[in-house]
Amino acid sequence: MQELIVQLFNGISLSSILFLSSIGLAITFGLMGVINMAHGEFIMIGAYTTYIVQNIFIDHFPKLFNSYIFFAIVLSFFVASIIGYILERLIISHLYGRIVDSLLVTWGVSLFFQQLARSIFGAPNVSVRMPDYLQRNIHLTNDIVFPNNRIFILIIALICLVLIYILMYRSRYGRNVLAVMQNREMAASLGINTRRVDSLTFAIGSGLAGIAGCAITWIGAIGPTIGTSYIIDSFVAVVAGGAGTIVGTIFGASFIGIGETIFEFLTTSSIGKVLVFTCVIILLQFRPKGLFAVKTRVLDD
Amino acid sequence: MAKLKVVNLLLGFVLVLALLAGCSGGGAISSANKKTDSTSSSSGGSGNVIKVGILHSASGTMAMSETPVRDAELLAIKQINNNGGVLGKKIQPVIEDGASDNATFAEKATKLLEQDKVATVFGCWTSASRKAVKPIFEKDNGLLWYPVQYEGMESSPNIFYTGAAPNQQIVPAVEYMTKKFGKKVFLVGSDYVFPRTANSIIKKQAKALGMKVVGEEYTPLGDTDFATIVNKIKSSKPDYVFNTLNGDSNVAFFKQYRTAGISAKDIPTISVSIAEQEVKGIGASYLEGHYVSWNYYETTDTSANKKFVSAYKKAYGNKRVTDDPIEAGYNAVYLWAKAVKKAESTNVDKVKTAAKGITFDAPEGTVKIDGDNQHLYKQVRVGEIESNGMIKEVWGTKEAIKPDPYLKNYKWAKGLTGVQ
Amino acid sequence: MIGKIISNKILYAIMLFIFLAALPFFASMFQVSLFAKFMCFAIVAIGLDMIWGYTGILSLGHGVFFGLGGYCMAMYLKMASSNGGLPDFMTWSGVTHLPFFWKPFGNLAFAILMVVILPAVVALVIGSLTFINRIRGVYFTILSQALALIISTLLIGSQKYTGGSNGITGFTKILDFSLTNPWVQLSMYYITLLALIVIFFICWILVHRRIGKTLVAIRDGENRLRFLGYNTSVFKAFVYALSAVIAGIAGALYVVQVGIISPTEVGIMSSIEMIIWVAIGGKGTLVGAMFGAILVNGFKSAISNQFPDLWSYFIGILFIIVILWLPKGFISFHEIPERIMKFVNRNKEEI
Repeated sequence: MQELIVQLFNGISLSSILFLSSIGLAITFGLMGVINMAHGEFIMIGAYTTYIVQNIFIDHFPKLFNSYIFFAIVLSFFVASIIGYILERLIISHLYGRIVDSLLVTWGVSLFFQQLARSIFGAPNVSVRMPDYLQRNIHLTNDIVFPNNRIFILIIALICLVLIYILMYRSRYGRNVLAVMQNREMAASLGINTRRVDSLTFAIGSGLAGIAGCAITWIGAIGPTIGTSYIIDSFVAVVAGGAGTIVGTIFGASFIGIGETIFEFLTTSSIGKVLVFTCVIILLQFRPKGLFAVKTRVLDD
Repeated sequence: MAKLKVVNLLLGFVLVLALLAGCSGGGAISSANKKTDSTSSSSGGSGNVIKVGILHSASGTMAMSETPVRDAELLAIKQINNNGGVLGKKIQPVIEDGASDNATFAEKATKLLEQDKVATVFGCWTSASRKAVKPIFEKDNGLLWYPVQYEGMESSPNIFYTGAAPNQQIVPAVEYMTKKFGKKVFLVGSDYVFPRTANSIIKKQAKALGMKVVGEEYTPLGDTDFATIVNKIKSSKPDYVFNTLNGDSNVAFFKQYRTAGISAKDIPTISVSIAEQEVKGIGASYLEGHYVSWNYYETTDTSANKKFVSAYKKAYGNKRVTDDPIEAGYNAVYLWAKAVKKAESTNVDKVKTAAKGITFDAPEGTVKIDGDNQHLYKQVRVGEIESNGMIKEVWGTKEAIKPDPYLKNYKWAKGLTGVQ
Repeated sequence: MIGKIISNKILYAIMLFIFLAALPFFASMFQVSLFAKFMCFAIVAIGLDMIWGYTGILSLGHGVFFGLGGYCMAMYLKMASSNGGLPDFMTWSGVTHLPFFWKPFGNLAFAILMVVILPAVVALVIGSLTFINRIRGVYFTILSQALALIISTLLIGSQKYTGGSNGITGFTKILDFSLTNPWVQLSMYYITLLALIVIFFICWILVHRRIGKTLVAIRDGENRLRFLGYNTSVFKAFVYALSAVIAGIAGALYVVQVGIISPTEVGIMSSIEMIIWVAIGGKGTLVGAMFGAILVNGFKSAISNQFPDLWSYFIGILFIIVILWLPKGFISFHEIPERIMKFVNRNKEEI
């Protein structure tokens, strides 16, 4: 029983990480129809930004070290979104409507970024230290222990979720995004600058990946290839939930996160992964566009 | 239109014929005619330089481990060249990227042996890459120096193994931990050949020592979520954990081990794939008090090591650390050079004969090449990780141990070795 | 005009075949073995072009079929090389008896049969399910990717039977010939070339027949075709299976030439690379796909020799530039001057 509670918590925790890493992907895909294979590299950018911020604090503000993470979160968002913005203007904006080409080009971009990280930071992993309060944990009973860092990541994910919700459904910008998502031409003819909406959205999506990267530094490795270990899971999460909807992404991330931890607990890590992915394939047979697909009357899309 | 076609066709033929004429005589078919027996022993000794191959991953997931080893090998080559080279010739490294991909390793090995005709190759890290190039070295009668500890069960006539065999690392590690902490062990490893084979050795050993394996888990390479495994470890309450995880997974494992509230005092772990380089990437604070088993640490107290560490840091920066595979790569170059000097030739067969019994005052102490299985006599050292990222030796053998890749001298290991 | 381009393209193909046939007369053994590998990739590329270039279905899981073919052949080669004993990796994984499904692979004819049948069956099952359920576009792409991940994880996980992440390697014999014999290598080279030529012309004929037109119609307007009474999922499943078989054959030839098959070749990264070859060469042309596979891999080999640390930059930039500014791939290189002019003029207009 105790193990089960811990496992459930682990599943929710993994889901929150997956949610952070896939929500940006879902938004950019839903809005622009771009499959961004370089999304994982924005996770990497966020992680390295955290590493740099940490080093600055160790060198210059050792007293404030415990609060570096708040700067790191904000900065990884901005660094990733600025790079995302530049990438969108330079490359992605030439690719609208060419879904497959966007996939291939962004794959080239991801190769480039990986090599860039290797040139700048060296091939070996770098380490990020958590502040002490994140290394501790909450003891409910002797066996039920919730690590603080996972709780913290869960909170970040929830805050992001709320902010995205407000941004998408309670702001003028969000209404513009939804309008463009539903009918690009119509939105454009009503005076929405679709190009600007695209660039901004891509930047925000990349920034969210940056936050994911920042969060990942507290539980995993930071290296040039960190993105590749998350990108596939993120894709599958987006597809299982139905691309382009926030609810769908929440569902997709939870499905994979909780499914993986439970299957892993019952079997082994490899088999767990295989089982979850098989489930997604089966799910797609019944819901070819994911569980929460945007309803549309368009036949060819 | 018809004319165009004809012109195109003609152009094509002319092009092909020109190429043919340009390189006639050097073709594969004529070379096949010349030597159907195909026992080309690569010489690499023509001219004023001796070409040697360096075959490590500079890209992909393994780059993080392999580039520092490559640096050490290049350092050794530079040092030898500064001292006059070998046989009066300079050593010229030919660097290739294995790209963390087995097929690429095979392609590049073929290129080094057949096209560059290098005298020897220093390279590989994963067992998979070694297994991929092994048939090529055996076919072309090349020479490979493999610098990493590995699972044993192999001794190719064309490979020198300068890392530890299982009896120089895994077996003594299990003995040490069992004596110190108790008989219940949990095995956790990445899902590939080294951990699975290492663990099958440990399971046999456990039976002989009356130990109990309370859990055995494998995770896909590059896996980053260990919450479940940590949970399993917690509930099965082992005396210690034997860790054969690889690369990135170690970082995730130890971070999550720590934050789940398990410290080295509660359940200590011993790792055979974590050295100073990896400690740096994980962060020493997560690893403090955990154990590792190797043949060399940066802190190993020999005069050769002081020189090696300062030379390595001088060449690549003060922030860099040295560790076991780095040192083994460095040793490999010197051992080869010594063998070449003794053989007075770079011919593979002569070098191999000359290499038998050669010793070298390595940073880890004196190492000796075993004539039978081409592994090294090495001292075993169990170390404890300290807060500054260095490793303190807590137990070691006084003498260098004879390599035993097939564990022939262990009764309990019967059945593991099978065919041999 | 169109007729001229088509016939030019087939001329390129014929020139390529002549070049490949003449290669062993002037290139070194190493280069010959490299090109043998590239030809295997070219075969995969042709199959992928059938399904992606002509039918518009993007599969990012073709490594699975390549791997299935490869593993079937590797099992035969391993059995032939271990002289009736157990394959070496089984011994050190603690297997004492040959697993039952390995036994028939001791026979070359059975192995070759499986190289064709296994990918076809897997593709038909998956294809007919997904296509009948109308999983399309990106959803199919991600599904195929998940498939590649599943299969490669399974291969790694069952080390006892598949060699795990090492894959299967260390072959010495095929039938009773030594694989190190240069004449055997040369004949394998020509067998691969023959396979390439045959598969190319079969596909060439197919796409110029009625079925080819149907496939293109599925790509350009599947729903219209359905409303016309075509059962498009049958066509899609057929072409998916066809490309799977082609990939399987390529995998089998690859194993013989390269001497190793491992889960890496099955995984997602190598599956994406296959798509890249087709995209760079020019999709929907068959010839382009073939050239793409050879050019990209040749470029990669050459450049990684010259710049072992920096080559990823070049490859990344090459992909970006070609796909952005030459969407039809290298096969449409005659458009380059025109495109540059257009680009220059566009800038003028903006000013």
